[in-house]
Amino acid sequence: MAQTGPNDAFVAFEHVQKSYDGVSLVVKDLNLTIGKGEFLTMLGPSGSGKTTCLMMLAGFETATNGEIRLDGRPINQVPPHKRGIGMVFQNYALFPHMTVGENLSFPLEVRGMGKSEREAKIKRALDMVQMGSFINRRPAQLSGGQQQRIALARALVFDPALVLMDEPLGALDKQLREHMQFEIKHLHESLGITVVYVTHDQGEALTMSDRVAVFNDGRIQQLAPPADLYERPENSFVAQFIGENNKLPGTIEELSEGKALVRLATGELIDATPVNVTEKGGKTLVSIRPERVEFKPEMMPPGAHTIDAEVLEIIYMGDILRARLRVAGSDDFVMKMRNTLGQTRLANGQRIKVGWHPQDARALDPM
Amino acid sequence: MTEAATPALLTTADGRPLKEALATAQARARRRALLLVLPLLAFVLLTFLIPIGYMLKRSVEHDGFSASAPELDAWFAANPGFDYANPPEEAYAALVKDLARMQEEKTTGIAGTRINYTVPGTISLFKGGARAAKDLQPPYKEALIALDAEWSSVKLWRGMEAASSKYTTEFYKVAADRKLTDEGWTRGGDKERIYLYLFFKTFLVSALITVICLLLAFPVAHLLAVLPMSKSSLLMILVLLPFWTSLLVRTTSWIALLQEQGILNNLLVWMGVVPDASRLQMMYNMTGTVVAMTHVLLPFMILPLYSVMRVIPPSYARAARSLGATSWTTFRRIYLPQTLPGIAAGSLLVFILAVGYYITPALVGGADGQLISNLISFHMSKSNWSLAAALAAMLLASILLLYWLYDRLIGIDRLKLG
Repeated sequence: MAQTGPNDAFVAFEHVQKSYDGVSLVVKDLNLTIGKGEFLTMLGPSGSGKTTCLMMLAGFETATNGEIRLDGRPINQVPPHKRGIGMVFQNYALFPHMTVGENLSFPLEVRGMGKSEREAKIKRALDMVQMGSFINRRPAQLSGGQQQRIALARALVFDPALVLMDEPLGALDKQLREHMQFEIKHLHESLGITVVYVTHDQGEALTMSDRVAVFNDGRIQQLAPPADLYERPENSFVAQFIGENNKLPGTIEELSEGKALVRLATGELIDATPVNVTEKGGKTLVSIRPERVEFKPEMMPPGAHTIDAEVLEIIYMGDILRARLRVAGSDDFVMKMRNTLGQTRLANGQRIKVGWHPQDARALDPM
Repeated sequence: MTEAATPALLTTADGRPLKEALATAQARARRRALLLVLPLLAFVLLTFLIPIGYMLKRSVEHDGFSASAPELDAWFAANPGFDYANPPEEAYAALVKDLARMQEEKTTGIAGTRINYTVPGTISLFKGGARAAKDLQPPYKEALIALDAEWSSVKLWRGMEAASSKYTTEFYKVAADRKLTDEGWTRGGDKERIYLYLFFKTFLVSALITVICLLLAFPVAHLLAVLPMSKSSLLMILVLLPFWTSLLVRTTSWIALLQEQGILNNLLVWMGVVPDASRLQMMYNMTGTVVAMTHVLLPFMILPLYSVMRVIPPSYARAARSLGATSWTTFRRIYLPQTLPGIAAGSLLVFILAVGYYITPALVGGADGQLISNLISFHMSKSNWSLAAALAAMLLASILLLYWLYDRLIGIDRLKLG
């Protein structure tokens, strides 16, 4: 299935396939267009083919089949150094025998740029990442976060229209990572560059991207803006991979336009929105986000089906309270409650009834 | 930061200086650690440092003459700067006394040999003199000169005076191609300057072998570093194979391969590249030495290079390519500088091993392909231990100089041997 992005396709993958051993495909028929100025994240577990796609775009791997186009020009046969794509590597790949200034000067020197122009560009790039005073340091004298900034400056210093980032924040601690996410996002907006970002961290993908392509098993499972991805996952893999998720297996009892009645294995009936189930009597996996589960009758829509639950455990997490419930015979049904002043405090062993808006329960493929 | 400013004031909780407390706390662990290295330390001392010290001592010490000619010694000590051309009667009297004693104590050979090192032809002179010594009558000067006119040689008296001291720098003078003449020590003629020439040649050939090794080893080491494990271990076995074969076997195979009637020449003649009458001389000359030594020393270049290349992440090259560098620029500016510690270590290792190499040039070098070690060995076999020691000491000094230069230019801490 062809997935079309914005009209002005800057990067396009067309029926791209990749095999390393000639026996199995790592990337299976990839079709993807990325618009100019877009921030697109390739998200997926390791081995899902996302890094291979990035390497094919950068030119370090050749596509076994299909075509990759950059700004309308096929680049399958163009060597990496002629593609003009900036790249930030997972371990930064700053040249250890050069100073920060020499690292940044390198892409300008190989382009035959004059000294004064080089210096101006280096200064501008370093100021952009607030590292202006580090020009004479060596990479080994910098902290991880500082190296990250330099790597970013080096990928941007020669004004590429497209920047690729291969899990660039993986080695940083949580706080720094969140700070850098914001900075990269900010740079993207102010420079108007196109960014293709690879990560296995869903939080990172959701915070930074215009669109996220969720990869699994060599295919894009869903390509959508972050909110759609989280709230309207198209299949069970995406639902489980992005965010926390309650799964209730069952069979379709009734199917009418936009509504499904699902009978769980233990006999209860629940409401759900059909997503990729097509026939009555078919197996399904109903997915509900923990924060959309309600236990107060006044919060549920009229006529909604409710289901019996037993509180097994309440975990206090500060901003929220997390309740582990036994629902329909499974022990790991999670409900999140906001920690507000008037919040009802549940006790272990308490029996309650839980329900949800039918829109929040999505009947997906049974996997 | 305030603690760093006043380190002397730091004490432990019970008031002892911190440094002292630390030293006490670690003393036990240090003693135990020392015990572990003690056997090696003793081994190195016994088998390495003491022999080297002894060799250095031998290069400046020889009592072959001074021990057997006490009378002459005493006279030389009392009359410094005498007239070598016309030594007085007392000198001859002391000499005759000593010659007679030599005959008695059977030390004529040793004393003669000692003088012979600097004044050739003196062994027979001393033997003749010693045999006749007890029958000689005063005036001894005329009597001895009548026996052999050589006894009045200026060179001889200079040599005897120099040898009358147990300690001497004469062997170093000989090793530096100086020659004792009637006028004292002078530079030898062009054809006599063998040692310095050989030193020069040894260094030149070693440098050539180092360069060839580097050129051959670089791609191999790179291949080893980038190939997948299964293939690289097979290649590594091929690299190490020479290590597991006897040096003699390896050298002999080179002889079989390169000699005039060898495989390579036969092949070339068969292909018509060279006529049968003018087969290539690739063995028993410098070519043979260079080829065989390059083969022997190649692993010493490959291994340090490999150990450095293995830990260079491929992302550096990728980063350079993505930044717009061609593959050649990437190699020259990114990859090569990062392999420098390996290049330096391998070159230093190969060069130092080559400079002191003995067996391969001895087997395949012929007359032309001999290196300084072969000459050292030659003098050892000719019992001129002191000259051999002086040459070896000069070799050692030049290698230490090289090591010092390396440290100054590159830094010994950047050396990565594996």
